[in-house]
Amino acid sequence: MKRHLTCALAAFLLAAGLAHAEERTAITIASEGASPPWDYIDTNGALVGFDIDVGKELCTRMKLQCTFVAQDWDGIIPGLLVKKYDAIMAGMSITEKRKKSIAFSVPYAVAPNQIVMRRGLGLPASDIDAKLNLTDIDAAKKETIEKLRESLKGKTLGVLRSSNSEAVVRELFGDIAEVRSYDSQENIKLDLTSERIDGGLGDRLVWKQFLDTPEGKAAEFFGPQLSGGTWGPGVGVGLRKEDADLAEAFDKAIETSVKDGALGRISQKWFGVDISPQPAK
Amino acid sequence: MDISLLLTSTLTLAGGIPLTLLLTFASLLAGLVLAVPLAFMRASSCKWLSLPVLAYTYVLRGTPLLVQLFIIYYGLGQISAIRSSVLWVLLRDPFWCCLLAFSLNGAAYTTEIFRGGIQAVSNGMIEAAQAVGMSPLQIKRRIIFPIAFRSVLPSYANEVISLVKATSLASTVTLLEITGLSRKLVSETFAPYEIFIAAGVLYLGLTFLLTGFFHLLETRLNGAPRAEARPHRVDLQQVAHE
Repeated sequence: MKRHLTCALAAFLLAAGLAHAEERTAITIASEGASPPWDYIDTNGALVGFDIDVGKELCTRMKLQCTFVAQDWDGIIPGLLVKKYDAIMAGMSITEKRKKSIAFSVPYAVAPNQIVMRRGLGLPASDIDAKLNLTDIDAAKKETIEKLRESLKGKTLGVLRSSNSEAVVRELFGDIAEVRSYDSQENIKLDLTSERIDGGLGDRLVWKQFLDTPEGKAAEFFGPQLSGGTWGPGVGVGLRKEDADLAEAFDKAIETSVKDGALGRISQKWFGVDISPQPAK
Repeated sequence: MDISLLLTSTLTLAGGIPLTLLLTFASLLAGLVLAVPLAFMRASSCKWLSLPVLAYTYVLRGTPLLVQLFIIYYGLGQISAIRSSVLWVLLRDPFWCCLLAFSLNGAAYTTEIFRGGIQAVSNGMIEAAQAVGMSPLQIKRRIIFPIAFRSVLPSYANEVISLVKATSLASTVTLLEITGLSRKLVSETFAPYEIFIAAGVLYLGLTFLLTGFFHLLETRLNGAPRAEARPHRVDLQQVAHE
């Protein structure tokens, strides 16, 4: 008797599971939780930040129940592929290399990256408001990069492991500077303040928040704001390739929330600037 | 599973073996040099000698190695007095931080292992040594240490193998040993399955060699040799025991 019951229960659960997969009423979204103000863990242990607020906004529009989980950056794509969660919202840029493994929604943010160096290294003055798009490098861009290379020669640079900044630093400066890869942006900041590394490349808005803290006073932006190239068109929601329905739902929700200004408001709240993508003309 | 990726990544990861071995053997050596005198202090009947060592092994064995590494690497780096001292020349470098953490941690375990061996040396042997007029230092060097070392060899081999695997923690402070290289490779390929299996195979190979070495050493140092080969030594041993 007992055996029949267990069997029936198992069959019921299986059926329930299948039905659940077909309708999709709830999804789990992974975030890194270590890159304020994009996403971080607050003093109560809760995941908060721009990514989380955008995620909640999009979920309301898609009429889905969303749960957020924290996942280390270097395991975030493998975790999605083995279905530990259904989406990634962690300030992740849409890149060609990632597109080989996962799918992306349309961008929900466009954010520049920049080099930060310790003060007192005797580096030449640089224009930190200039912008350098690494797509289609011409002679003028090459000259800017060459100048950067001269300044960074022999320096030690910290980057986030598996990030685009890591790829860019290794490609542009790998032969002239020592590159160290870290588990989180927090640890890069710690080693920057303790002077183990001379600088690093990362998300400009994450740096900005750090440079405004007392510890951040010892460092400053260096060189132009970088975008394009490996970074691609912007930050998107990472999804499994087979979940085309989810990608479509996310695209629609992002487009409407860009248009009615909801994304812009969330961006103002966390970054003080609007980094939401320009609505399609 | 992608077999060709498994093979190519094994070759790439093999580039991390020198650093893994360097970390292992350098911290083994430093740990051993620390542990031998500490073990004698720990086994001493004088409380002023044994209690401080007990405190050391208690703390180092009672906290995770990863926490110790983070305290040394990230913690000490926050103290400006240390950053401006000569120590910073070494502590600035992730390699030396790892070496320090692994040596101190390994020394704590090795001390306790050797302490057990020292205390297990029978009183009769020590009294016999005293009777022939050996000094306390001579007794330690000629009688206690060799006997203790032989008897704890299997546990010490265990400690060495743990240490090989513990060096993988160095990857958390940016060092590119086997695990560090695998994590870098995973970030390039998004294929953790093949790459971590390749890393596991390499560690298994290293452990296999070390186990073989210690097995050989154990047979070599075996106190009771094969009777037919050296019968006279057996007689002597029996006399010594009685």
